[in-house]
Amino acid sequence: MSAILTELNALVLGLFILAAISMVVIRQIGACMQLFILQSLLLAASAFLLGASPLSWHLIALGCVTIASKVIVIPWLIRSLVPAEVHRRRELSQAIDVPAALLLSLALTLVGYAFAQHLARSAPSLSSGNLAMGFAGLLVGLLLLAVRTEAVPQLLGILAMENGAFLAGIAIAPDFPLIAELAIAFDVPLLAFIVGLLTRIAYRQIGTTEVGALSALRERAP
Amino acid sequence: MIVYVPVVALVAALWPAIPRSDRSAPIATLAAAAATLALCFIAVASAHGSGELLVIKHWIELDSFGALLLTLIALVYFTASLFSWGYLKSERRPQRARLYYANFNLFAFSMLCIPLLAEVGLVWIFVELTTLLSVLLVSYSLTSEAIEAAWKYMVLTLLGATIAVLGVLTLFWALHSGGSTDFTWSGLRDGASRMPPALLAVSFVLLLVGYGVKIGFVPLHTWLPDAHSQAPSPVCAMLSGVETSVVLYVLLRLRGVYATDAALHVGTWFAVFGLLSVVVAAVLIVRTHDYKRLFAFSTVEHMGIILAAASIFTPAGDVAALWQMLAHTVTKSFCFYAAGATLLVTGTREISAVRGLLGISRGAALALLFGGLAIGGAPPFAAFLSELAILRAGIAAHAYALVAILAAFLVLAFFGVLWHVTQMISGRPEAQRLHPRMPAACALAIVLAAVPVVVLGLWIPADLGRLLESAARILGA
Repeated sequence: MSAILTELNALVLGLFILAAISMVVIRQIGACMQLFILQSLLLAASAFLLGASPLSWHLIALGCVTIASKVIVIPWLIRSLVPAEVHRRRELSQAIDVPAALLLSLALTLVGYAFAQHLARSAPSLSSGNLAMGFAGLLVGLLLLAVRTEAVPQLLGILAMENGAFLAGIAIAPDFPLIAELAIAFDVPLLAFIVGLLTRIAYRQIGTTEVGALSALRERAP
Repeated sequence: MIVYVPVVALVAALWPAIPRSDRSAPIATLAAAAATLALCFIAVASAHGSGELLVIKHWIELDSFGALLLTLIALVYFTASLFSWGYLKSERRPQRARLYYANFNLFAFSMLCIPLLAEVGLVWIFVELTTLLSVLLVSYSLTSEAIEAAWKYMVLTLLGATIAVLGVLTLFWALHSGGSTDFTWSGLRDGASRMPPALLAVSFVLLLVGYGVKIGFVPLHTWLPDAHSQAPSPVCAMLSGVETSVVLYVLLRLRGVYATDAALHVGTWFAVFGLLSVVVAAVLIVRTHDYKRLFAFSTVEHMGIILAAASIFTPAGDVAALWQMLAHTVTKSFCFYAAGATLLVTGTREISAVRGLLGISRGAALALLFGGLAIGGAPPFAAFLSELAILRAGIAAHAYALVAILAAFLVLAFFGVLWHVTQMISGRPEAQRLHPRMPAACALAIVLAAVPVVVLGLWIPADLGRLLESAARILGA
């Protein structure tokens, strides 16, 4: 990989983790979705950069599939399934406040970074930066899932975790047989469809999309 | 031949799309399930004869371990289809019933594919599909509780799947670094010794946690009692009876890969997760207030027992683990039919609200008692023999602490289940309440599901015995 491509990829990786952290701290559901689209574009960009030299059609195809599914199909699916009113909502009842979430995200990024450095020493990969930011992206996505109670941000948390896993994946398993393409092309939009459908059902049947806050089911004290 | 096994379910899933198929959808589902079971028996017989059945090398393969799982899935698919027919008879919204059957068959399809697949990446996709294709079945009743259960089920198991995908990618990285790209069960076993230990360790932890969420190991089990109790009872039978076992099968397949690195202490991890699940589930069984949750906690317990048996790492322990898997599947699906019948005639899931069930519906009461005894591990039922085999394997391997903890909490869980069940069936029923009768299809499903529970407790057919031993050899390889 040439120096300029490596530099560009590093920039993309930086923006990727920044998008992940912004998703945790931003409260507007619509803006959270925009950030997810940006993050998916950055994932595709990293695949293109890693696949440019030496040329890897596998990675370039992966980048194209990512754009088709995560930048076009999934946002369209979520917008058409989830009522528009939900997208305009601001989520005020976050489990932890913004500075704490920001601090935790930074800590998780460092953890991901340290962990990946340790791993990268044991086997060669296309880019150790991808591994580090992929792990960090996965952990920050997990945080997003944990602090939000609204349905759409929780879904975006899962998808952001998946983005993190695949950002690491394109560097550590660039010639992975079939699965990555299949998973992104078929599985992930199906995931968004089912989650969107359940959100719609919740909105219609019980009048809320704050599904993470439902807590009727638990063991009562005897 | 074996390629057609899941295809039949896929065809049945398309059936409800035909207009005015309200009446034929349950029959089509039942016919598909019966055909799947018949095809399975034929496929298993030929896989058994030749040792391994290859269809498309590296992609679709069936060995005896897969064959065992395939048969279990087909068996529960069949009885659950029959039970669904009766269970949904009172459904007044034909559109919803059709959606149910379409979704139900798709769910069966996704599970039937897993034992047939040899490519580890594809297996991951189908494990995720089992979640996606069953979420809307869990929320079927559309109550606030069902939607909450479906949401928790979906979010937590998809979270697990995402952690597992990173584990799968890391495992591929490890395989590739060792100079191989054959990402199949056999390819992994062959390449395991050349994998960098650090990558092997990381992928092990990621896969144990990722798949562990879906299997329901404590402390990753929180979604399980909710989803397995809120779903319609035939779906509970599929979720509790086979879905958990199918994912555990994937984890057990990987055991051989990780066992090559002694520094990983796979046995210790399995023993700790297994025993923790048994201990916590046994306590929760005693404390629970809902009889469907009772059986769901019992699933957590049984997954723990199987994992603990697999931690012994002896041929006898492996046979006992697979035997327990078999006993769990046939018994737990039966228990959920019994619970479903009880729910149909009483209309409540609360243990304290059901009294004098024997006077309300003799069939439901006897089924519940039978199920309680069988799942608790009382003789002469299937789970008794398998649990005894696990304890004996543990003693033979000098794993005394494991055996002592297992035995103590098996007894606690047994009395917990029986205490709740006897409370429900005895006493005086609430006066002047009209209770609907149990539909004939449900009664027939209960009778059919009871057959293997009794038979396998008294006698293991020679062919089945050989299949178990051959599967255990693959597990131990």
